[in-house]
Amino acid sequence: MDISFLIVQFISGLTMATLLFLVASGLTLIFGVGGVFNFAHGSFYMLGAYLAYTFVAGTHLNFWVAVLAAAVGAGILGMLAESLFLRRIYGRAEEEGFQILLTYSFILIIDDLVKLVWGTEYKSLSRPAGFGGSLIWGDITLPTYNLAIIGVGLLVVVGAWLVLSRTRPGRIARATALDRETMGMLGVNVPLTMTVVFGIATALGGLTGALAAPLRSVTPGAGIEVIIDALIVVVLGGMGNFWGAWLAALLLGEVNAVAVATVPEWASLFSYLVMVVTLIFKPEGLFAPRQVRKV
Amino acid sequence: MEAVDKKKAAAFWGLFALIFALVPAAGNDYYLTIANRILVWGMFAVAFNMLFGVTGMLSFGQALFSGLGGYGVGMTVKYLGKAWFLPGLGLGVIAAALVAYLLGYLIIRAGGVFFTILTLAFGQLAWQITFRWYNVTGGDDGIQGLVPPGILSNRVVYYYFCLVLVLGSIWFLRRLADSPQGLVLRCVRQNPSRVRFLGRRVRRNQRRVYLISSVFAALAGGLMAGIDSSIHTNMLNWTTSGQVILMSVLGGIHQFFGPFIGAGVIMIIEDVVGARTEYWSLIIGLVMMTMVLAFPRGLVGEFALLKARLKWRALERAERS
Amino acid sequence: MEPILRLENVSKAFGGLKVTDGVSFSVMPAEISAIIGPNGAGKTTLFNQITGALRPDSGRIVFQGQDITGLDTQEIVALGMGRAFQITSIFPEETVLNNVRVACLSREGLTRQPLKGVGSFKSSTEKAMSVLESLGLAGQAARPAFELAHGDQKLLDIGVALALNPKMLLLDEPTAGMSPDERALTRELVVKLWREFNLTMIFIEHDMDTVFGIAQKVRVLQQGRLLAEGTPDEIRANPQVVTAYLGEEL
Ligand SMILES: Nc1ncnc2c1ncn2[C@@H]1O[C@H](COP(=O)(O)OP(=O)(O)OP(=O)(O)O)[C@@H](O)[C@H]1O
Ligand SMILES: [Mg+2]
Repeated sequence: MDISFLIVQFISGLTMATLLFLVASGLTLIFGVGGVFNFAHGSFYMLGAYLAYTFVAGTHLNFWVAVLAAAVGAGILGMLAESLFLRRIYGRAEEEGFQILLTYSFILIIDDLVKLVWGTEYKSLSRPAGFGGSLIWGDITLPTYNLAIIGVGLLVVVGAWLVLSRTRPGRIARATALDRETMGMLGVNVPLTMTVVFGIATALGGLTGALAAPLRSVTPGAGIEVIIDALIVVVLGGMGNFWGAWLAALLLGEVNAVAVATVPEWASLFSYLVMVVTLIFKPEGLFAPRQVRKV
Repeated sequence: MEAVDKKKAAAFWGLFALIFALVPAAGNDYYLTIANRILVWGMFAVAFNMLFGVTGMLSFGQALFSGLGGYGVGMTVKYLGKAWFLPGLGLGVIAAALVAYLLGYLIIRAGGVFFTILTLAFGQLAWQITFRWYNVTGGDDGIQGLVPPGILSNRVVYYYFCLVLVLGSIWFLRRLADSPQGLVLRCVRQNPSRVRFLGRRVRRNQRRVYLISSVFAALAGGLMAGIDSSIHTNMLNWTTSGQVILMSVLGGIHQFFGPFIGAGVIMIIEDVVGARTEYWSLIIGLVMMTMVLAFPRGLVGEFALLKARLKWRALERAERS
Repeated sequence: MEPILRLENVSKAFGGLKVTDGVSFSVMPAEISAIIGPNGAGKTTLFNQITGALRPDSGRIVFQGQDITGLDTQEIVALGMGRAFQITSIFPEETVLNNVRVACLSREGLTRQPLKGVGSFKSSTEKAMSVLESLGLAGQAARPAFELAHGDQKLLDIGVALALNPKMLLLDEPTAGMSPDERALTRELVVKLWREFNLTMIFIEHDMDTVFGIAQKVRVLQQGRLLAEGTPDEIRANPQVVTAYLGEEL
């Protein structure tokens, strides 16, 4: 195995890691801030992919504009789902279980709505102009679109971090995560904050789906596969832990790249393998601080 | 008071057994199969609900165990022959017990959402393995021709065989629900940290009910293989786990027989509309959403509430006049 | 006589905040004592450490001659430690009887019984009813616990702890949220239970009538530190306590 092969594999793993992180970050954002477990997060990923497909193939938008529009679209649908349905069960006894059940019903409904609107055939989206080729450098061939994804991922991470730590809305969101009641008494519009954060989270999901569409074909039922990958990231990284999620995504992305290169037909099992090993040796998550102790 | 309750219970069980025992008299193979499915899914759902409704553990991976039960039968029959149907059933159940025991230690640590996530992930892992390991499991083709041996190959006999097992299982689960162990499980759902102050270990009780629930899920899966004469990887897919959750929520998770009623209703809806639409998942999605938003107590729970309200109102009226 | 409970230099910090700061004291058997101190002084946190809900960062806790530092709650409870909570902690959907009965069943080691109905364990049921009698809750035995009035829920919380036949009982603000009349009744009840069940009792309380009315010994906690310890009269006369805490109240 030579060094150029390793570099190619590494970049391929990094691409996968970026996508994993992007989709998982939406999931942990809404869990961390809103305390909502959105089981249907993968379905918003799928909606993002389909919307991008429609904007490019149907309305001939520029690819990058279409990706942005798809993210916004997924965000709006997310805000609708939150304000029409999810909101009704906040504060109910055993809310956690009902959240899972309700968002599970979203998965089922969105799956079939997608079939109704877009049909059951595979859809594919070609790479944007200027990103169809590869950077070739000796033996090393790096697809430029993959590099673009990694770039966008970095931008989103840095941007999200800046918004959360440096702006007023970001600080409100973080404070709401810690204590909803007090923030409500301080005059923060908590329901609105929840809706907006939910929208941002689902927009992140939709953005990821749109970005990934040229790499993976777009199919109904993609939601559940994506959510399981994202959930593994979150379990490994620690729920609500941004940097933990990033490291976990990197680990899974790279493991996956190696697996695809060596045992392709079993590659899909490797994420699970990492999870099982982690659970056995470090059940609180790879990067979580040691638990204080249950009360 | 207690004597009246006992009589009521006996009457209930008698009626329940009688209705299902009379189905073969209709002489219709189709109805027989539906009734058999209701029985087996009903038991599966009641056992699942010991986890969810009673103990508060939402598993999204019980398909792993029903799948183990099904494949226990399927693989033994495939490799050892038809005569091994019943040992295969036993083998599947034992395998499920073993897996549930080990998995219990692995995934019952962090509570709440994490339990759900991990059950889902392990369920999908099992599905992936079965799906990809074509040489051994038959992959997506499944295994066909799983006819039980001897007189069990007669559909009516097999139906009674299932009926006896299901009644026995549900009777056991009912006793469990009413026992001190069942009380502790309910307490674990309502206030786990207080349970520790009773001197009881929360996780140990959770692992115990996870094991029990999974064993009955495997039994259901094994019996299902005989009803359908085949098994398929779908038995292991997360949609199966979702189905049993839906049945419980539809019937009512805080009622012992709710999940059984839910199973019956779903089986009947599936039979009536399932064949005529390709949008089955939209239908069950809407059913789930409606239940969660409008009728969280489930059909049986809401009915019980309605009955109590009417009684109350009648009392009030009697007092006034 | 040996103390039944001994704390040696127990400390606990959350982040940088020292919530328990080198606390040492001994409690003699059959004593009824109070812990007082301003909000956030670390009183509940101290109970959490004694009962194994939190592990102290350093120090030792000895109960009946046995080192219980770092043991799990279940183990400490099994040794005879009981506790009722500041924020009432009961099983809301169960009947009042079942709340207490589950504790009786647990004490008798019957909670793994899978086949016999709860009602068929006569001795547990009788014991549960007698505990409810002592608390004056027997008349409400069949009601779901969430229907009880706030004060009765607090009593039920104590009942769950009592049903385990503890040697020592920790009460966290038993009269919180009660009217003055209710307080007086609860105060009498606490003393009655202390005698009837042969308990060593420690209670946390803000209500000074209760503290100085029934405690044989008072310990004052401030910012995690044990500020003073003594008989009610000594505490009342302690200038440090008066300036730091009791100032306006006495
Ligand atoms: N699990 C925890 N994590 C972080 N801080 C905590 C935790 N538990 C308690 N604290 C903090 O420790 C301090 C002491 O809390 P504690 O509940 O022991 O006070 P208290 O004396 O019981 O007060 P009160 O009279 O209001 O009940 C408080 O500042 C509280 O915010
Ligand atoms: Mg306190």
